[in-house]
Amino acid sequence: MTTMIAALERLRPVRRTRTTHARRRESLTALGMATPAVVLLIVFVVVPLALTFALSFTDARLISPTPPHFVGLDNFTRLIQDPVFFKSLRNTAYFAAVVVPLQAGLALVLALLVNAKVRGVNFFRTVYFLPVVTSMVVVSLLWTFLYRQDGLINHMLSALTFGHVEGRDWLGDPATAMPAIILMSVWQGVGFHMIIWLAGLQTIPAELYEAADLDGAPRRHRFRHVTWPGLRATRTFVLITITIQALGLFTQINVMTEGGPLDSSTTVVYQAMRTGYEQQQTAYAAAISLVFFVLVLAVSLVQRFLTREKD
Amino acid sequence: MVFRTRRLAGASVAVAAATALVAGCATGSGGSTSGASGNTLTLWTHNAGNSAELDVVKKIIKDFNGSQSKYKVKLQAFPQSDYNNSVVAAASARKLPCLLDVDGPNVANWAWGGYLSPIDVSGSEVPLSDQLASTVGRYKGKLYAFGFYDVALTFFARKSVLNTYDIRIPTTDKPWTKAEFDSALAKLKKSGKFAYPLEMGTGGSGEWWPYAFSPQLQSFGGDLIDRDGYKTASGTLDGKKSVEWATWFRSLVTKGYMAKKSGADPNKDFLAGKSAIQWDGSWNAAKNAEKLGDDLAIIPPVDFGDGPKIGGASWQWAMSSTCSNKAGAQAWLKFSRQTKYFVDYAKATGTIPGTEAAAKQVDGYQPGGKFNELVQFARKYAVVRPVTPAYPYISTEFQKAAQDIIAGADPKNALGQAAKAIDNDLKSNNYYAG
Repeated sequence: MTTMIAALERLRPVRRTRTTHARRRESLTALGMATPAVVLLIVFVVVPLALTFALSFTDARLISPTPPHFVGLDNFTRLIQDPVFFKSLRNTAYFAAVVVPLQAGLALVLALLVNAKVRGVNFFRTVYFLPVVTSMVVVSLLWTFLYRQDGLINHMLSALTFGHVEGRDWLGDPATAMPAIILMSVWQGVGFHMIIWLAGLQTIPAELYEAADLDGAPRRHRFRHVTWPGLRATRTFVLITITIQALGLFTQINVMTEGGPLDSSTTVVYQAMRTGYEQQQTAYAAAISLVFFVLVLAVSLVQRFLTREKD
Repeated sequence: MVFRTRRLAGASVAVAAATALVAGCATGSGGSTSGASGNTLTLWTHNAGNSAELDVVKKIIKDFNGSQSKYKVKLQAFPQSDYNNSVVAAASARKLPCLLDVDGPNVANWAWGGYLSPIDVSGSEVPLSDQLASTVGRYKGKLYAFGFYDVALTFFARKSVLNTYDIRIPTTDKPWTKAEFDSALAKLKKSGKFAYPLEMGTGGSGEWWPYAFSPQLQSFGGDLIDRDGYKTASGTLDGKKSVEWATWFRSLVTKGYMAKKSGADPNKDFLAGKSAIQWDGSWNAAKNAEKLGDDLAIIPPVDFGDGPKIGGASWQWAMSSTCSNKAGAQAWLKFSRQTKYFVDYAKATGTIPGTEAAAKQVDGYQPGGKFNELVQFARKYAVVRPVTPAYPYISTEFQKAAQDIIAGADPKNALGQAAKAIDNDLKSNNYYAG
């Protein structure tokens, strides 16, 4: 007993130093591993964000002989009087409200289809995924031609209906410009989320389906009580990625319509780029970006709240 | 584990050192002058995608480098679409080259922004006074840039088509009036031969809109901004005459005379006979003449009431304000001002030579030549775009307004909104004083 205590006493300090030493080494390793990411985040996220915040209260311009001055809330009062900004907000919200459910739903349907164990399913997976690996700029350019008055889509419409349906200039009409862009965006992006859904589907244990089969559950019950709950985490991921992607709508607009016609397709990011770069109003663009940042933050907080773990 | 930690620490040190090095370089070379190292000067040009014009630049550089032993000019060419952005980015990083070219309407903005330095070209072979006024870039009474050529806007048509429909072929002395033009379009439309008889490149974007359509606005009696002091656009851009232009412009679409959005290549469509009359730049004159021969009619702009107008000013050469070897840059600018180079530029680009002496040596542009009318247009009708640092902003607002009007916006509202935006911009920049 005494020897044991003595032995313990001898051991204790040694063990303690070993733990602290190991801990220190571990935290050093952690620090080393985090550094590249932290540096990148600071340089490309934190600093620009801080700059945006600071610039939005000044009259900074892209080209100017005078240094920027503090102007208080000038840019923000201008912003709430700017009709184009509200059109941009409305269009961005419209795009997101349609694209998020449409793209997520369609991707799930496609994932369920290509999850079937039939021959040649890899072919379909590849076909659905092809638009994703094509650059958005290229896709937008191609679809611009398809959507023209004398484009392929109108020719097909005319041929299929034996000339009864006369197509229109889809991107040149305020009523159809945004829906046309939505359709193309969903087509381009759906393959990516199909793969995510597919990955989620394949994590659901086969035993659950077997059990459901034994209980004689019909297909829709199997989906309702096995598949859907099994996709919980995937669902959150898909929802958040599509929302962020949809709110940042820019490339398609810049290539296809430049916000027109009659502002029917202008978006917040497009407007920020146009004012900040083409119109050289750096400070005003910073104000737009700042307001947009707050709005996106609010949306993602709401989403986080709605998709939280309910225990 | 120890080994791993050590390796990691080593890597971290390397990364930190590299970062410090990069940062050090960035601050180290960010002095107040740039664009030359000793007597080697850097030159930037926008025509990487235009080999004919680039070859002339190269030739002048080669001749200059060979003509003396003190200075050396080094060329760097950019594609046109990226050029302005590159210059703006370089200016913010204080890395502008000594010599650069600049699109005419941007001279005032760049001069005001402190990018450009006034230049002195006295004593060069071609005196400034010999040049077309629109090829000289002045701001606040100082010379900042000069160009070797200009372009002219014109209508192209086929004489045979105009004769078939009994439409008078106008001359420089007697251009079409608005009534004549409208009735010509009505006749062509009625013929049923053309879906859209008039082609004005409405599928284009960017500077084409203010370049092509603000002269028509000016011919109606309107303008982009009140040129007296450049302090307000309200009352001018949304004035009665301007609204008249906008209403007419929109009517071209509603009457089916012109497509809301033209094809990808308007000139090709014209040559294929899809449109009867094309509003285009002189750069297509040679191509059209080659295809149509004597049937080609080069038609002066329509006189909408205030005389025929076309836009003026094309690419020009300038010196940056941060140039560390201004004497060398001036020497190059002066050297380049030789009639033979004016001739070379015009021949290479199919544009209008900047001086009369050069025009005499360019086939077609000499007095009596088949393109000499274009020289007359540039001489008589050219109106430069407003010489104010606000021009890039005015340009984007006018482009948006014109596109909205074509798409069906109320002309008065669209122009009113643009005028208000321009006034706001002027006000928030203290009217571009300084």
